[in-house]
Amino acid sequence: MLLETLKTLLSVYGPTGNETQVAEAVKKIVAGKVDNAKVDVMGNLIIEKKGQEGGKKIMFSAHMDHIGMVVTAIEKDGFLRVTNVGGLGTKMTDTRHVVFGNGVHGVAVCQPTKDTPGMAQMFIDIGAEDKEDAEKRVSVGDVCVFANDTVMLGSNRVAAPAMDDRCACALLAELLIQVQNPRNTIVAVFSTQEEVGMRGARPAAYAVNPDIGIGVDVTGWGDTPEVKYPDIKLGKGAGIKFMDRSMISTPWVRDALIAVAEKGKIPYQREVLPYGGTDGAAIQQTRGGIPSCTISIPCRYVHSACEVIDMRDMDSALEIMKGFVNAEL
Amino acid sequence: MELNKLCELNGAPGDEGAVRNAIMAAASKVCDDVRIDKAGNVIAFKKGVKKSGRKHIILNAHMDEVAFISVGATEDGMIRIQPVGGIDPRVCVSKHVTVGEEKVKGVIGAMAIHLQSAADRQRVLDFDNLYVDIGAQSKDEALGAAPEGTYIYFDSKYEKFGDGCVVSKALDDRVGCYVMLKLLQESTQNDVTYAFVVKEEIGCRGARAAAFNTKADAVLVLEGTTAGDMGNVPEVSQVCRLGKGVAVSFMDNGSIVTRKLYKSVIDIAEKNGCHYQIKEAATGGNDASAYQATADAKATCVLSVPCRYIHGPSSVVKLSDVEDQLTLARHVVNSL
Repeated sequence: MLLETLKTLLSVYGPTGNETQVAEAVKKIVAGKVDNAKVDVMGNLIIEKKGQEGGKKIMFSAHMDHIGMVVTAIEKDGFLRVTNVGGLGTKMTDTRHVVFGNGVHGVAVCQPTKDTPGMAQMFIDIGAEDKEDAEKRVSVGDVCVFANDTVMLGSNRVAAPAMDDRCACALLAELLIQVQNPRNTIVAVFSTQEEVGMRGARPAAYAVNPDIGIGVDVTGWGDTPEVKYPDIKLGKGAGIKFMDRSMISTPWVRDALIAVAEKGKIPYQREVLPYGGTDGAAIQQTRGGIPSCTISIPCRYVHSACEVIDMRDMDSALEIMKGFVNAEL
Repeated sequence: MELNKLCELNGAPGDEGAVRNAIMAAASKVCDDVRIDKAGNVIAFKKGVKKSGRKHIILNAHMDEVAFISVGATEDGMIRIQPVGGIDPRVCVSKHVTVGEEKVKGVIGAMAIHLQSAADRQRVLDFDNLYVDIGAQSKDEALGAAPEGTYIYFDSKYEKFGDGCVVSKALDDRVGCYVMLKLLQESTQNDVTYAFVVKEEIGCRGARAAAFNTKADAVLVLEGTTAGDMGNVPEVSQVCRLGKGVAVSFMDNGSIVTRKLYKSVIDIAEKNGCHYQIKEAATGGNDASAYQATADAKATCVLSVPCRYIHGPSSVVKLSDVEDQLTLARHVVNSL
């Protein structure tokens, strides 16, 4: 079940650069349903499901990593100094509940200053008496993330900190489980370090060397009181990306995805995003260039502790992916 | 080859010839195979002594240093310059420089304090307002000594001072080159490729080629990094400190250190009683990013010598930290 898989993956600790636990969780979910799974040097989990003779090799990439904060130094009085790992500022992190990989809890606080605060004014309070006490539980280099807090908003919507991009990981896992004997070979890459510049997907794409690359990621929103652009609304179907800051989708791949949606009467939205980037771009620019596009899940409040998606868009994305792996390409 | 000799050689990005020649001369005596690749990197290979189960480790240091390049001259004979690599314009005024292969003496000039307005004194002179004075009387004379594209270097002596400290230009990253040349003289358990690369200071461009053409189980990048243990810098913002040992990075702007390798390096350091510190920042970038971003990627870790006033004519390191970098690198290539 897609929602159950999503909830499971949202609960796992996995900041950028520390995605091992997410990879283990995915492996458990797809166990017995795939042909082979391996983890490469960047920590990418690469899972293959073989297609039929004459089919194409499609690499899907969904990133396991989640924005967080890394400890850079520990104050004498036990407070942790941090900097962001991925696109995270003080606005989203001030007075948030955070958790480390070893289960240590803390609260992130931004000290009041006269100037515009930056990450240098942030600290994490883990309740330590002093530096020595703090060092028993946390080391410089450890990374914390927003503590998991998954809630349903109404009957279709889900809010959680790690929605970007565990919702796409859930889609890829379900694709592997639900599709039997596809026409095209599926190589599902659960990638690492997307949030610091797609550093996982790039080497994975080099190794996989697919015929087609598809990023699966969240996108922005334009349906809240003060935000009307981009023209993306929750609940109106998955986005098929035309372009963002990192990529102009390969036209024939984009059109093939649209054809699948049209043919199956699956709701979709034409996505033109004036910011952002996805693993699709990393795949597209690997080797001699690989035809690529991205399937997007509309997501409100991206890079906050309450990223909201709509399960109807998840269903639409999964249907488009299923259609695509069986399409003649 | 001694550190002072390495530092006193000039080697801007794209002009590493002198450093490369010196390294080739030293390396070719002791390596199984040494070559210069198309990018200009020196790639030296030395087989390990372990009978079986040898791993292949790349050690990487960059040969280039930050410098200037001439971009023209004014009518009155002043050479206009731009930096090649990241140089703070505030460290430039009144510094001695050498111009071109002939090493023509020059000085970076600015308007004397007598002539400055109050507003001038508040302003940092940027590279459009800095120039090199070689005593030329005309544009033609200046361009004769320094046609556009001529490299210009800080002219500073390598000197020992204090308790085992040295001051010099180019310590970033001749310390890494020095340590690798030392290690090259020894036999190691694992196979080691010593990559002395070009053009790190303008975006790790040499390491990209080295990374593409060499397979390896792990990459150790040997660097010089920012030490902020001076003045009013709060303790938590100092990044690393002179005399506290080689600095091991967990991440920087260019790469996140491969977690498994990071743990192995720390384990090896602890087991062998190595003198090290954790680099307390995620800033800067280095060749590790190229090794992680090329082809199907390699595991990387970064070991740095703390360096005050880095990217200037008077950078300062402590020699014991250089020895600590050598010791930890040696243990890693022997016990990984």
